[in-house]
Amino acid sequence: MVTPATHSKEEIFGLLATIHDPEIPVVTIQEMGMLRDVILTETGCDVIITPTYTGCPAMGIIEHDILQLLHESGIKEVRVTTSYSPSWTTDWMTAATKEKLKNYGIAAPIHSSCVNWLQPKSLIISCPRCHSSDTALISQFGSTACKALYSCTSCKEPFEYFKCH
Amino acid sequence: MTQQEALFKYTLRLGDNALIQGHRLSEWCSKGPILEEDLALTNIALDNIGLAQAFLKYAAAIEGNDKTEDDLAYKRAERQFYNNQITELPIGDFAVTIAKQLLISTFEVQLFTALSKSTDETIAGIAAKGLKESRYHFVHSRDWCFRLGEGTEVSHAKLQQAFNELWPYTGELFEMVEEDNILLVAGIAADLSELHPIWKATVATVLKEATIQMPEDSYMHTGSRNGIHTEHLGHILAEMQYLQRAYPDATW
Repeated sequence: MVTPATHSKEEIFGLLATIHDPEIPVVTIQEMGMLRDVILTETGCDVIITPTYTGCPAMGIIEHDILQLLHESGIKEVRVTTSYSPSWTTDWMTAATKEKLKNYGIAAPIHSSCVNWLQPKSLIISCPRCHSSDTALISQFGSTACKALYSCTSCKEPFEYFKCH
Repeated sequence: MTQQEALFKYTLRLGDNALIQGHRLSEWCSKGPILEEDLALTNIALDNIGLAQAFLKYAAAIEGNDKTEDDLAYKRAERQFYNNQITELPIGDFAVTIAKQLLISTFEVQLFTALSKSTDETIAGIAAKGLKESRYHFVHSRDWCFRLGEGTEVSHAKLQQAFNELWPYTGELFEMVEEDNILLVAGIAADLSELHPIWKATVATVLKEATIQMPEDSYMHTGSRNGIHTEHLGHILAEMQYLQRAYPDATW
């Protein structure tokens, strides 16, 4: 079968790697681990993405951004598919991604193997601003599905923590 | 019943439970006792709606006929919903919501742990995601049970009453019917009779620490496996489905 694809898989990945997370604009969907695969088809491609949280409202916007970008790049038929398996985990974030989150003011997720989900208050989360580990959990639910609310006892500033998932 | 029909009905039940529960919880939006709780309850509602979308999308794919998850959510009548009755009960006061959340999220943690090992890849994938989310829901309601149970006389009394009133709706969570048995053989469904003692032990541990008396098993409500509901589901659907009923297929 001859594939009249105008772009290679790597090129499409390269394009998609420029799409930013609509809710955390300092990181891309690739850095977040939401971009899972690209499958070339005869007339275009299938893009496989996975949600961070099932109800994540950013998914609709991300799908729209993918379609728009690839159409503008001349890829005619694009299908975006959401896959739940394997289930997304914050462990897929690289150290560089976590550093970006921290610089943006969001404490980065701790590796899942170090988290006892039954005892969230036992986690020591450092303040992304003053780096103090003297912080307190306010609520496990914050401004978006993926973040918890903390306050720093040292610099007195509130901050968000990207929950381990 | 063929295995395909069983899978459709089973997936619908998973989706309906999440949908009705999420719809109910969303009623707390802007009415939470404190800002953090307003955010917490609506975040949990959002998780539920997301889970409902995933399960109903799969149910629609099983049914075929180009149906979507929205058709299933907005165009089915009351008797075609299979959510457990406890999910449709009114949110009540904060103690009722917390008690309900504890009973349901404890069940979900067990259910999704089992379903994440399902031989059906789609159900296993969605359940694995739901498991991570329901753990947060469990911790949230557990910690509030401790605070209300050991809080004031009033908060203790209200939480105790909430558990007493909700208890007769917990039997239904573990009812197994034809579709469960068909899918259990195929390794797709969870064995609810195995989950029951684990659920009960977990709830008992939380209630003990919250100084709340564990209600005794007596009369248990039933019917949702056959589409029989309390008077409350019809009212939920009237509100939830109004737009699609009045303006079919409206989009914006």
